[in-house]
Parts: sequence; structure tokens; C-alpha cells
Amino acid sequence: MSPNPSIIHVLRPGLFTTIQDLGRYGYQRFGVSVSGAMDPWALTVGNRLLGNPDRAAGLELTLQGPELLFEQQLSIAITGADLSPTCEGQSLPMWTVTTIPAGSRLRFGTRRQGTRAYLTVAGGIEAPLLLGSRSTHVRSGLGGLAGRPLKKSDQLPVGAPPSTGRCCEGRALAQSSRPQYLASPILRVIPGPQVDHFTEDALHVLATSPYRVTSESDRMGYRLEGAELPHRSPADIISEAVSAGSLQVPSDHKPILLMADCQPTGGYTKLATLIRADRSLAAQLGPGDSLSFRVITAKEASELFRSSQAELDRLLPPQNP
Amino acid sequence: MMPRIVPMSEYALTIEFGDGITLRTNERVLAACAIIDQAALPGVGEVVPTYRSATVYFDPLQTDAITLTGQIQALIPHNIDAPTRPATTHIIPVWYGGAAGPDLPDVAQQADLTPIDAGRLHASVTYRVYMLGFSPGFPYLGTVPTRIATPRHPTPRRQVAAGSVGIAGTQTGIYPQTSPGGWHIIGRTPVRLFSLTRAKPFLLEPGDSVRFVPIDEDEFARLSLNRI
Repeated sequence: MSPNPSIIHVLRPGLFTTIQDLGRYGYQRFGVSVSGAMDPWALTVGNRLLGNPDRAAGLELTLQGPELLFEQQLSIAITGADLSPTCEGQSLPMWTVTTIPAGSRLRFGTRRQGTRAYLTVAGGIEAPLLLGSRSTHVRSGLGGLAGRPLKKSDQLPVGAPPSTGRCCEGRALAQSSRPQYLASPILRVIPGPQVDHFTEDALHVLATSPYRVTSESDRMGYRLEGAELPHRSPADIISEAVSAGSLQVPSDHKPILLMADCQPTGGYTKLATLIRADRSLAAQLGPGDSLSFRVITAKEASELFRSSQAELDRLLPPQNP
Repeated sequence: MMPRIVPMSEYALTIEFGDGITLRTNERVLAACAIIDQAALPGVGEVVPTYRSATVYFDPLQTDAITLTGQIQALIPHNIDAPTRPATTHIIPVWYGGAAGPDLPDVAQQADLTPIDAGRLHASVTYRVYMLGFSPGFPYLGTVPTRIATPRHPTPRRQVAAGSVGIAGTQTGIYPQTSPGGWHIIGRTPVRLFSLTRAKPFLLEPGDSVRFVPIDEDEFARLSLNRI
């Protein structure tokens, strides 16, 4: 273990690379967005493989990854989307702890599947802790590196690695547990708080029609193209809390799926809410991808929440710092 | 009237206290939030108050919607409405019009007022902070005198300067940071609503009172130098 913090140099930033942890909780009442990893499951798997605590920050890579130079030897894991990572020309395995030798370059290439990859490092990325989180929220300029995505010549400090023995080269998520990011996934939703503002068949329309993610899609939310969802009372409501997963439908009847960077409150009717267990599938969608919805009950959603968490803990138990 | 409790997700419940924006409804919301915070119920995370509802986020590994609904119903008395703490009144200086308030002439013209009088009218009432939202520290304040109530722009501005004071219908608000925005901008304050370098990063809290005091450009410049 080095007394000096290890540094990762950003040679090229990639399309949109941000520092993210599991989000900034506790300040939504002051207008602060939660933000955090779009795919919290993939980030958590990376951290647990490395023996990091779940709260450690990593990099979220979008479609095209960065080029990074490692000053010192570091253990890393790459999870989520497969963006063809290589180290000095050698292909790197996904969902696996790998040692990057001092002075070597990490690059990304073709997108094979998914949209967002996570680069986690032993010790985590050491951005300042602001309001309890290191997550970057670009719209409010908060967190990460000066509240912005990475740019060329940035230097990323890495925290002290977990104590020896927790992190071992080659540790990997079992093949059978690795998610397949399908071309057109089925996302499960529960009826939303304003379901009664819509016509009776609106949920049925949602559940039986294909949708497509438009180019107006980012970390705040995805505008979806597909069958319109008709209202029977006004589409505007008095602003109230919204969260990642809320399916808002403004007066144009076209749904917007809110994602990690959404504001904490909003004034559009919410027909449905994406279940937490399927948020990773949603996070791995990109512009042009298709999807469909299935409506389940809130009780089923709670059970899926618990079983998916239990499954993750079984595969990779959390570290107790 | 018992509030209505609806699931927002498998990890959040929204408690609805009424259908409109009224002082009484908002007081009930804030009183309920204080009670729920105080109770420190197992598995409950943050509570988010808005105009007429409170959303309670929880950890489904530690509690469930049915248990939590019962606990909330038991905690919140039917006649809840007492203010939970003495309201803090904030004096906020505003440079109305000029470069600070590009929409003040339009707002004044629709009200058949001079821009100066429109600014004075905006500053003539005490506002309540109903909620914060949109961006860190952005307050939704009510109630704007109906004569100068103006709807949102059909297309939002790409950039509204930090400190800008805007009107949307009978709501008024202050943009803490430079951001896109659709409200009619009538002035600007040098006061920082959100600053991580302060012990208390957020100036305003729901339930607080705000009074605007008109200042001129020179005073704005002077105050901007001294702000923290």
C-alpha cells in the first residue's frame, strides 16, 4: 500500500464519463437530486468484487469509454455494459477483478451490449464528499469533479485499497449471474400515484404496446416513442415528489421515464413506476433501443426488491467497513 | 379529514393532505413531516414535503408499505395543523428590472403598471416558502398578487442567471444557480440561496417567510461583493 494516493490520468474523457456512487440521499426536500449510478446493481457488483464498501465511488461510462493512464498498479473491475475494454492492447474480462500494471493504459472500443459501464477500483475514486455523496449531478454542478463530466487531463485520486485478502485477482461474478442486456427488454411497473388521471385502458395500452427510447434521453430521463397514453383529467398536477422510475406523462400523452438525475419533484401525472429490480435493465438502454412494459402489483414489486437484494448478497456479500 | 396514502413505488409512500395550494394544507404537510421525522420509524429514510403532500421513502428490507401506512395513520392526528416551529422571516434584497429583470416590462404592461410599480407590488407582500424543488435551494413561494400573476414562457430560456427572481402564475421563486428556466424573470438578488461553504448550505426551509426589498443596481453590486 502506497502512502501517496494513487492517481489515474484521463487521456481522453470518452463520450460522457462521470464519478458516481449510490446517490445523494437526505436532501431532496431542499431540491437536491439523488443522482448516483444509473445502474446501481452493476456499480455494487464491481465494488463488492474488489472488497470495497458499497458506498465507494466509481466511473460511469456512457457508450464510448475513456482512455486512462494508471500511475500505479491498481486492481479494477469493469461491470455493466460491455464496451470492449483493453489494457495495452490485451482484452480485459468483464465482471472480473483485474490488475492494471503501473504505467499502463486502459482503453475502450466497440459497444457490444448495454449503454453504461462501471469502472470500479480498489479503494474507490476519491472525489470530495458533498452532502454525503461523491455522485456527479451535472445539471446542478454538484459532486464528482467540479460537478462536471471528466475532461482530458483530469487526475482522479484513488482511495486507500481495502485491507489485503479482501480483493483478489481473478475474482469474478459467475457467468450465469451476469445480466444479458436484451435488445428489447420487458420492464415491470406498478400502477402510479395518478393512475386515476388516465383513461381506464391507459395501463393496458402501456402494457401491450412497444416503445422506443428517443434521442432525447439522458441521465435525467428517457422520452419514449410509442402509443399515446390518454388522460381523462388534466396532465398537470400540483408539483409533488417524483423519483427515478416514475413514468410521467405530460399533456402530449407521450411517456417520460425518469432516471437517476431527475429532479426530486415534478408536476406531471405519473401513470406507473418502474420497479427497482428492473432499473438496471432500463439503465442499459440507449437512444433507439426498444422496450415494453408489464404491469405487476406493488406487493409483487416489494417481493422482487427483497429477492433481488438477497440474491446479490448471496453472490457477493457486502463488506462491513 | 384523514389524508390519503398512495404508493409512489415499492419504496415510497405519498401522503396527500388536500387538492389545492392552501396555507392550511401546506401547514398540515409540514407538521406531518416533522412528526414522521421525529418518530424515527424503522426503515424510514428521507421525507419530502411538497405543496400538498409528503413522500416518505423507506427501505423495503426493513419495513413494508402496509406496516408503514398503519404507523403513519396512528402518528398523524386528524386535526393536525399546528405550525411545528416558529417561522423564520428572511429579508431578500432584489434589483427589479433592467438587466436583472428582462421580463419586468412585459409583466408590468399586462398589469397596466409601470415596471417600478410592478416591482413594488411584488415586494409588497410576505411570501411563504411552500416547498423547495427544481434545483438545490429553489423555493416555491406564494402568493403573488393576482394583478402581476403571469404564466410560464411557452419555451423556457436556455439560461437564467443565478439569483434571478421569477413569476409563474401566482407562484414566485428564486433560481439559486444559473440554469434553464421558464418563469418570467423580473429581478435578481445578490443573496445566495445555496452555498456549500456555509454551515447551513440552504438558506430557506419549507414554512419560512420571505420579504423582498427593492434595491438598485449599485446596491446590488455592493451586496454582491460582500456575499458569502
